[in-house]
Amino acid sequence: MTEPGQKAKLETKDLHLYYGAYHALRDITMDIPERAITAIIGPSGCGKSSLLRVFNRMNDLIPGASVRGEVLLDGAPVYGKDTDAVTLRKKVGMVFQRPDVFPMSIYDNVVIGPRHHGIRRRRRLDEIAEKSLTRAALWDEVKDILKKPGSSLAPGQQQRLCIARALAVEPDVILMDESCSALDPESTMKIEELMLDLAEKYTIIIVTHNMEQARRVSDMSAFMMIDENKVGTLVEYAPTMRLFANPKDKRTEDYITGRFG
Amino acid sequence: MRRFKEKLSGRIFFVLALSSISALALITVFIVAKGAPIFVKVGVRDFVFGMSWAPGHGEFGIFPMIVGTLSVTLGAAVLGVPLGICCSIFLTEFAPSVLKSVFRPAIQLLAGIPSVVYGFWGLIFVVPFIRDRIGGPGLSILAGSVILAIMILPTVIMISEVSILALPRQYKQNALALGLTHWQTIRSVMLPAAKSGIVAAVILGVGRAVGETMAVIMVLGNAVALPKSILDPVRTLTTNIGIEMGYASGEHQQALFATGIVLFILIMILNSAAQFITRRK
Repeated sequence: MTEPGQKAKLETKDLHLYYGAYHALRDITMDIPERAITAIIGPSGCGKSSLLRVFNRMNDLIPGASVRGEVLLDGAPVYGKDTDAVTLRKKVGMVFQRPDVFPMSIYDNVVIGPRHHGIRRRRRLDEIAEKSLTRAALWDEVKDILKKPGSSLAPGQQQRLCIARALAVEPDVILMDESCSALDPESTMKIEELMLDLAEKYTIIIVTHNMEQARRVSDMSAFMMIDENKVGTLVEYAPTMRLFANPKDKRTEDYITGRFG
Repeated sequence: MRRFKEKLSGRIFFVLALSSISALALITVFIVAKGAPIFVKVGVRDFVFGMSWAPGHGEFGIFPMIVGTLSVTLGAAVLGVPLGICCSIFLTEFAPSVLKSVFRPAIQLLAGIPSVVYGFWGLIFVVPFIRDRIGGPGLSILAGSVILAIMILPTVIMISEVSILALPRQYKQNALALGLTHWQTIRSVMLPAAKSGIVAAVILGVGRAVGETMAVIMVLGNAVALPKSILDPVRTLTTNIGIEMGYASGEHQQALFATGIVLFILIMILNSAAQFITRRK
């Protein structure tokens, strides 16, 4: 497992998130290291996914969502006046909970991003498709059936296709929102292995319900909970080994020892 | 007792359902029985491809009317379909909720306007406009196409809208997360995914255009001749029946029923195409 790099890829400072009048996240400050896996854990409804969606501005889709505080990607503001969410999302890719392949061929699924980002030459797209599928550990299984619909694959393969699709855009950061929770154990294992591989090149942030998974794959762990006002908050953020072996906060300890959640 | 009630209510629904089906069967049998003799007498080929319609002289060729129906319908589709699809995209993806709450009822109202009112409006407004600004007699394929385009809008808009709304929300999320713009997401992911529903919307709209009678009687000019341009008057299959049924008898009447058979087949083809496409998914 890689040691967390010193450089912070993403930083949040005093981050608050609101959905209209509803206060969803309070005062979150954390530095997410480059080329490492950071896991966000915590009970349901604590704002893990909301936090993840702050990083690629997916919350922009929700009417009334607003952010206060700072979020920096490579030192540049994510919510700056001149920041374009579309450009941001090319750098910060996302894989969702369910493998939502588009109703088109495997090949078209993979290259849809680059195709829309101005790459037209067939040979270049072919290269991207092969590279992304190889990196997502799917190439050998699909190289002869690239023209088949993406939906013809098994769910575990579909999720790797979604990962390949995200990789094809060549992001720096990959957000994974419970990306294994809809999969069988074998596919989960494959995707966990894949995460470890990818962490050598990418900054990965995962949201997971599965504490074992966080323990197995992540370098850093963030434990979140809702406070007495039902606002999501960051309780403890530390290297995974330390957080699980020696939690500083009583609530973290209760959660990881399975006393609630 | 309860079981008896259950059984009875089942029977009642069955009979009621049967009555609507049997109405369809009756109409079909009636039209075929009334219209078939003329096919036998004139021959299917001469009837469908005949150029001359002169019931008084025993000439029953409906080819100009088939061309009329097809040209007016095509015109309506060319004008109305892009407009309708764009409108449904606007309503589902761009319109603020205030606008939506105005647009939706307005479109439903559009569907509720009686066709004779469309025809009247076309006669008073569209026909003179075409005559004065574009040329020709005004009563024309173009006038009919414009009126029908407006009439099929509600069908095209509402059904396309439903099929876009029925898409999984995740398609949009995933596409945006890949750094696609909103419009790229719509064009490359959402519209292809909603394709079968949109095609069905178009076919149902076109079906409505093929069957429309009252509105087009008033604006088409109803001349039985092959049109040379979209500014020429034509007669459609429906208007042929509508205009002449009142005074037709004998073979003439049979020929009008036979016109109905041709129309019936045309619409059946469209409907089965719509079903085939929506089911293929």
